[in-house]
Amino acid sequence: MGVEVVVEDLSKSFGRQSIWKDVSLTLPPGEVSVMLGPSGTGKSVFLKTLVGLLKPERGRIVINGTDLVRCSEHKLYEIRKLFGVLFQDGALFGSMNLFDNVAFPLREHTRRSEAEIRRIVLEKMEMVGLVGAERKLPGEISGGMRKRAGLARALVLDPEIILCDEPDSGLDPVRTAYLSQLLIDLNAQIDATILIVTHNITVARTVPDNLGMLFRRELVMFGPREVLLTSEEPVVEQFLNGRRIGPIGMSEEKDEATMAAEIAHRDAGHSDGSPDEDIRGIVPQLEPTPGLPERMGVRRRKDRVMRILHTLPPQAQRGIIESLTRDEQVRYGVFAGAGVGGQGATAVTGTLVQEPVTGPISVVPPQPSPRPRPVPQQEVVRLPDSEWQPQAGQLGEPEQAEQPEPPSAGSRHRRRWLGRGGGA
Amino acid sequence: MSSPTSSFPGAGALRETGRLFALGLDVTRSTIKRPFQLREFIQQSWFIVSVTILPTALVSIPFGAVIALQLGSLTRQIGAQSFTGAASVLAIIQQASPIVTALLIAGAGGSAICADLGSRTIREEIDAMEVLGVSPIQRLVVPRVLAAMLISVLLNGMVSVVGVMGGYFFNVILQDGTPGAYLASFSALAQLPDLWISEIKALIFGFIAGIVAAYRGLNPSGGPKGVGDAVNQAVVITFLLLFFVNTVLSAIYLQVIPAKGS
Repeated sequence: MGVEVVVEDLSKSFGRQSIWKDVSLTLPPGEVSVMLGPSGTGKSVFLKTLVGLLKPERGRIVINGTDLVRCSEHKLYEIRKLFGVLFQDGALFGSMNLFDNVAFPLREHTRRSEAEIRRIVLEKMEMVGLVGAERKLPGEISGGMRKRAGLARALVLDPEIILCDEPDSGLDPVRTAYLSQLLIDLNAQIDATILIVTHNITVARTVPDNLGMLFRRELVMFGPREVLLTSEEPVVEQFLNGRRIGPIGMSEEKDEATMAAEIAHRDAGHSDGSPDEDIRGIVPQLEPTPGLPERMGVRRRKDRVMRILHTLPPQAQRGIIESLTRDEQVRYGVFAGAGVGGQGATAVTGTLVQEPVTGPISVVPPQPSPRPRPVPQQEVVRLPDSEWQPQAGQLGEPEQAEQPEPPSAGSRHRRRWLGRGGGA
Repeated sequence: MSSPTSSFPGAGALRETGRLFALGLDVTRSTIKRPFQLREFIQQSWFIVSVTILPTALVSIPFGAVIALQLGSLTRQIGAQSFTGAASVLAIIQQASPIVTALLIAGAGGSAICADLGSRTIREEIDAMEVLGVSPIQRLVVPRVLAAMLISVLLNGMVSVVGVMGGYFFNVILQDGTPGAYLASFSALAQLPDLWISEIKALIFGFIAGIVAAYRGLNPSGGPKGVGDAVNQAVVITFLLLFFVNTVLSAIYLQVIPAKGS
């Protein structure tokens, strides 16, 4: 199973320029996460910080119980062997051909025979569709091929954490789709924890289990994909729809005057070219190629998300519940048209379609899962303060979902799940 | 980590110097760490030889000649012709040869090392290597520094021989010196420690040239232009350091080893 990566209060700046600060998130083991963000918000810096190439000013990055920020160099090199990193341009060694590039980690870290190395390398090359190009030098191939070769090299040691820096940049939509499928298939096969940094909306909508966004030097949000995909946050809405109207400007931030001028233009009938349709909303997730094993991460995630469901914003709750099959709804004790069990149930009723079978309002307390549930719950969702934030009275509490208690018990800890921003 | 931004004049220079020394220590420590990159070491040695051997030989002939001519006329003026050979051998072996070697190692070998590492850095190859769990210092820098040291010791020997032969040629053929006296006086003033200090100097100069080149190559300031600047700086910094270190080493040597016959 993949490794969990816990990031706590991470801040990074170059000189006086702060890149981002107080970033806290957890990459759940074996799940695919995507970090979105406009260009220049430090997504690549975040990735490089995660592998210890850049030292943050503050904060911790904990992997397997080791703090990457403060451990010895020797330990850092040990931990890095868990990582497979795909750099933006592939970062192949220019003096070696593709075969030697892909074989490099094997030759450095293992004592395998040359025949065995050859077998593994060719297998990975086939996986990324580069058979026949083994003898080419990185300078002689296209950017897309370099990227795929870089991925093959990152995979050759069977990493437990895969980090991809913009896997889609420089690739056409079709190749991007293949690459997304490849990453999901990989996740199904080796159950690695995957983090993809991108600004490709299609990838963000279809690939990940968890979705986060960096903007204005902070983590806007990070949590189950449904949360961001249904978010009302103006930044998220603008970014997902690729519009000019919104807080993101050509330079990173927009001033009031520009924003007002743009809105005035729009009101005067000027088309800014972006389609009117709102592509937010939950779309079906990419599944592994038929024949491959089921993604274990999906099942773990479902248990995890259901446990924190009542802490999520209503639209996300609705989306999640609607995406469950009938059996799952029964198992988790939730129904479309109803909230989660417990005292928060009334929060999401109202306009929703009622489930005919179960009566007007179905309130079922959380049941023990038929399957054993994994590890105690972590606070994965760390949402900032914003207007759609659930009111403390409406929604329950993580602790409560695990051990159902009388409703009053939860209110003492209310809003503990808020990551930061001086909540409560 | 963020270093507290102290702003007294020269702080930046001190910081750079500190990092340079840190790299030197890292390299020294990684040298004894296994596995040793023999293949890379041999390749780099061969590469440095191939770019330096011809220019070194060509430079050392006129260098020996200049010293011989200068000393030849000087010794004739003060009537010490019999010591021409001895003096020119001393000058060539102790001073000229390590300096010529070092200049060429830094100028031809060091600049190539710096440009190579610099372009690898901006192409993120160094980052990729670190992420793959391979220390670029051990994998790339150590073999290069060791190769620079080895080649500078070997080249130093060659420069000494070629320089002395050049001196002989100019003194005997062009200045009508006496071949016998020239050769016989070799051992009048020169002694074995002179050769040792020459080789030790070459070794240290090779180390400095390698470290400075690697340091500037691993830390280019932004983009391809930065690599060009880094190469330029590496050569200039190495030259400055070499002449300074040469002065110190010569002073120590002259204090510690008594001159022959005294």
